[in-house]
Amino acid sequence: MPVSSSTTDRSARLTRWLVTAPPAGFLVVFFLIPALIMAGASFREPGEFGGLAPLAESGTSLEAYRFILDDVIYAWILAKSFAVAGLTTVICLLLAYPLAILIVRSPKRQRDLFVLLVILPFASNFLIRIYAWMIILGPLDLLYSPVAVIVGMVYVHLPFMILPLYTNLEKHDPALLEAAQDLGAGRWARFWRVTWPLSLPGVLSGSALVFIPVLGMFAVPELLGGTGDLLMGNLIKEQFLDNRDWPLGAALSLVLTLAVLAVAGLSAVLTRNRGQT
Amino acid sequence: MALLEIRSITRRFGKLEAVKNVSLDVESGEFFTLLGPSGCGKTTILRMIAGFDQPDEGGLYLDGQPLADIPPERRPVHTVFQSYALFPHLTVSGNIAFPLEMAGRSRDEIRRRTGEVLALVHLEDKGDAFPHELSGGQKQRVALARGLVNKPRLLLLDEPLGALDAKLRERMQGELIALQREVGVTFVFVTHAQQEALALSHRIGVMNEGRIEQLDVPEALYCTPKSRFVADFIGTINLISAEVLDASRHGLRLDAASLGEITAPPLAQAVAGTRGTLAIRPEHLRISAYAKHIGLKNHFSGTVGEYLYRGDVTVYRVRLDNGLLLEALATNAGPGRARFHEIGDRVSVEWRHDAGVFLDH
Repeated sequence: MPVSSSTTDRSARLTRWLVTAPPAGFLVVFFLIPALIMAGASFREPGEFGGLAPLAESGTSLEAYRFILDDVIYAWILAKSFAVAGLTTVICLLLAYPLAILIVRSPKRQRDLFVLLVILPFASNFLIRIYAWMIILGPLDLLYSPVAVIVGMVYVHLPFMILPLYTNLEKHDPALLEAAQDLGAGRWARFWRVTWPLSLPGVLSGSALVFIPVLGMFAVPELLGGTGDLLMGNLIKEQFLDNRDWPLGAALSLVLTLAVLAVAGLSAVLTRNRGQT
Repeated sequence: MALLEIRSITRRFGKLEAVKNVSLDVESGEFFTLLGPSGCGKTTILRMIAGFDQPDEGGLYLDGQPLADIPPERRPVHTVFQSYALFPHLTVSGNIAFPLEMAGRSRDEIRRRTGEVLALVHLEDKGDAFPHELSGGQKQRVALARGLVNKPRLLLLDEPLGALDAKLRERMQGELIALQREVGVTFVFVTHAQQEALALSHRIGVMNEGRIEQLDVPEALYCTPKSRFVADFIGTINLISAEVLDASRHGLRLDAASLGEITAPPLAQAVAGTRGTLAIRPEHLRISAYAKHIGLKNHFSGTVGEYLYRGDVTVYRVRLDNGLLLEALATNAGPGRARFHEIGDRVSVEWRHDAGVFLDH
């Protein structure tokens, strides 16, 4: 018996709406609207005691952006933040990749245990773990230094690199490595010609999951870094809480958001061109 | 000297002996098949030839050189895997170029050779396609091309046609024979499909429980199996228990419990009193309407129990009057007549005195 396609279409559309509406609504209210408010705030004047000056009195202004462009320190801090994020990402990748391979190649039961160990740190409070690092780094004379910031960043974000890599590597067909070996590929050729290119989607999503949060992270540099280790995250936080210059803080976070979007866009383009797995 | 010599290899996995004291030679240019049910050890032997597994005892020699210390990547032996194992991130050309790149061939040579094998497997226009864009038969051809492109001394094929549907499988069998003849590379083929083995191979080693039961050319395996296992595994066959009454170089007189006295071709080691089995192919049995038999040495009457119509032939299951069930095959060559006997028809079944083979174990 032919099924009326318009009825099924309609019910499918209804289901789609019912399923997507709540998260979409949540994102609109708690993400999109605040982001727009933030963007709007960046074109306003600061209020006398924080907040924003009334729109009727001072109108809109590009003062915050002019301020950022005038002082090279902001570009410098942005660049430094990118450097820290990049370095953190690279170190995380170098640590996580062999570990993910090790986990994938261990027997099934141990594998689950290892994955549990990777996510276990999340069971205790983030700040407590950072304070623990202060206790570890203090006696080593590394506390309040750029090294401490990198160590902390790597520590905090390592699981976000391991998990996507593990998920990716686990899907690789072991027959491919055997085929490569059979066709004359030695250990290194097998890695660079088969494992690595097939793992690129995992590498890219892991890198995004590390790189982007590190850019905005302020707790780690605040607690572990020295006075000179100001990053974008700290800078933005300071504008809102210490300097009471909301428009400048809003403008800085908008600049950071655009920079992150540029990176995310780049990684999306790279993934599309690479991964047909 | 044979191209590949396998000398008394044994391979154990824990308590299980997967391969038991197997020796065999594969000649250069040969299409050699290891045939057997799953778990018989044929794939283990293939993996030992490729280098992914090592025998616990015995050794393998290629061109007279021991293979023991040569890792898979340095053996001039390539494999076509059952799952094809094509690299999903490389195009068809990239897959085929892989072994050439590993061997350090020049860019020009890689391009030329890749083009040549693509033409060989009729995929000239698919060079830039990715594996996931290909059909099963095309993937199969890419895997073959990749295995052949660097001209290995041996190409190992692990049930390569297993994933294809029946019609495509038949066509690929034809292509495989033509390809092997054209490139002259020695093939070692592993399969559990006996018809495929018969159709493709120069020689077949039939394996059972880790041993080679019989190693012979296809016709010999089919016509003169040396054991019940081989007789039963290859094709269909009627097995009749019997005891030798009288053996001469002209033939055997047998006492088949249910049939009385029958005759069979000679068997050197058979003497009066030897117990065994007469194995006889359905196509060697002649079935005719009751009492219309042509007077062959062994003839019995019975009733058609059921039949399987296969188009070109019909297989009849005939219950003889003394209780024995035999399968007889009749070709349907008569114009306009698809079948000749119906269920319940009284028929005569007969066979020549030199048909079948007596197996003394």
